[in-house]
Amino acid sequence: MEPFVTHTGTAVPLRRSDVDTDQIIPSDWLKRVERTGFGKGLFAEWREDPTFVLNRPERQGATVLLAGENFGTGSSREHAVWALTDFGFKAVISSRFADIFRGNSLKGGLLPVQLPAEVVTALMDLTDADPTAEITVDLDAREVRAGAITAPFDLDDFTRWRLMEGLDDIGLTLRHEESVASFEKSRPSWKPATAVS
Amino acid sequence: MAKTLAEKVWDEHVVRSADGEPDLLYIDLHLIHEVTSPQAFDGLRMAGRTLRRPDLTLATEDHNVPTDLLQGPIKDPISKTQIETLRKNCAEFGVRLYPMGDASQGIVHVIGPQLGITQPGMTIVCGDSHTSTHGAFGALAFGIGTSEVEHVMATQTLSLPRPKTMAVTVEGDLPVGTTAKDLVLALIAQVGTGGGQGYVVEYRGDAITKLSMEGRMTVCNMSIEWGARAGMIAPDQTTYDYLRGRDHAPAGADWDAAVAAWDALRTDADATFDKEVVLDASTITPFVTWGTNPAQGVALSDVVPDPQALPAGNIRDAAERALVYMGLTAGTPMRDIAVDTVFLGSCTNGRMEDLRAAAAILEGRKVAEGVRMLVVPGSMLVKLQAEKEGLDKVFSDAGAEWRSAGCSMCLGMNPDTLTPGERSASTSNRNFEGRQGRGGRTHLVSPQVAAATAIVGRFAAPSDLQEL
Repeated sequence: MEPFVTHTGTAVPLRRSDVDTDQIIPSDWLKRVERTGFGKGLFAEWREDPTFVLNRPERQGATVLLAGENFGTGSSREHAVWALTDFGFKAVISSRFADIFRGNSLKGGLLPVQLPAEVVTALMDLTDADPTAEITVDLDAREVRAGAITAPFDLDDFTRWRLMEGLDDIGLTLRHEESVASFEKSRPSWKPATAVS
Repeated sequence: MAKTLAEKVWDEHVVRSADGEPDLLYIDLHLIHEVTSPQAFDGLRMAGRTLRRPDLTLATEDHNVPTDLLQGPIKDPISKTQIETLRKNCAEFGVRLYPMGDASQGIVHVIGPQLGITQPGMTIVCGDSHTSTHGAFGALAFGIGTSEVEHVMATQTLSLPRPKTMAVTVEGDLPVGTTAKDLVLALIAQVGTGGGQGYVVEYRGDAITKLSMEGRMTVCNMSIEWGARAGMIAPDQTTYDYLRGRDHAPAGADWDAAVAAWDALRTDADATFDKEVVLDASTITPFVTWGTNPAQGVALSDVVPDPQALPAGNIRDAAERALVYMGLTAGTPMRDIAVDTVFLGSCTNGRMEDLRAAAAILEGRKVAEGVRMLVVPGSMLVKLQAEKEGLDKVFSDAGAEWRSAGCSMCLGMNPDTLTPGERSASTSNRNFEGRQGRGGRTHLVSPQVAAATAIVGRFAAPSDLQEL
């Protein structure tokens, strides 16, 4: 995974709450067996409306998505994250994320930044007033900066370190393979198995 | 130290814990299906990694399988490729697969319990958010993304921060004609779509313990719809009676050892939850959603709400948008809204009890003129059992379509979809925009309300039907 330290880019304000993963990437797109090419399906239904914010000329090339409360609710599909990153987004800022979406983002190179609702609204107002306004998401300092706004955000030390180093989660776990093997020896024998024939 | 049920199961599965790091949690069972696994298998291959425990991994085909033909070829070439990819991957990595046509095939969350491989105290994951269903057995079960699917394949563990715990206590008795589905829809309307975010929820109280296993599964299934990581119900005699004798359930001395361990899986009397919610079951009546998220619901006896009467901000804005999408006018009685399609099925309400309840209402009656009703059993075993009981004939005689097992119109990945503007009463779990097909308008209901609605052609409860 590519390390994430800090990112600066223009933004798209998506003033809707409870944006579910069926909207982010409709289920038609889930039949694909690849990990790439999902950007075309991002918000596929909403993008059919030419006035939808993502279609506006001044929003082209934006890399930071500003979203309403409870972003990424619904299905566990990581395709939602792949669609956002393939489209070019590096970070999503919202006052609350659905758990599974947030976890998927942290694995998939999309930084989910949780800020108080009033700060998210202030950022939306800022980019509405000036679509060229840049927003900086600084993971090192755990801070979002834009115009006169400076807002700290929370992220645990371990995840921050992992993202800044661009480390592979599976690789990290495999360092503890011995602990896993020793745990397996202690599992009760009556625990079910699928018995592969 | 006193612990909650969730904490006990969590602690029993911690492989490694270190200050300032997430816990490494052992996974007892990994369920996989065609949609969220291909990229994970690819990841293993690219990194030259093996699947650590194929014997703790189980696969089925459910999300995009057609349900209108038993074994015929899949017409959609992309769906076909995805199914074939799963078969190839399972063969290559030695994973047991229940393919289309197999007697054990079905929706992943229906077949686990049915096989008896979902048991109390287990950790169960699947690349599907409705994995919370298995929590009905006192398992810690939750949905994961494809990166985590790959992580479990490679290590049989997940690296996770310890979750917060919440108790939802449902006191009293559900009124006659009110179901587990109504209970959970009413709960979600009260707590909101994000109310459970960050929590593992334990459902408790009289109204919960009196539910059958199937009703408990319906409640736990919908945990994700209010944002909870997982939902759990402590195992009891109802759980044991359901499990005993099933294919993968322990037998003989193993059964006794297992029950002894399961008996300890109850929240200690002096344990504390991070949050508590209390609900009175006796006030719950048949429920139906009017909007585009599962929290936008009202009693069937109520009317479409006026957004202006809702708190300003997100909730009002979302309601205004939802009414436009749903083609509804504030103040319209829910009972006046006509439907085009009724869908009975899904991992929420596609089990025997659901089919029996709907069939009892449809028996001797007809689906209203112009209404299409699809009955899609949650698994092949449900299908076969229903046919043994003659339910297929009840549905067919009433004018409903009797189908084969799969996820079907719950998410419209197979050919079963709504057309733009088409309105459905659905026993599934999500009423999101376009969920059942582009432009489709979904209302979530119980199987009983679905059946009554099919007969009347407008939203109705069984009590609205005239005596036969």
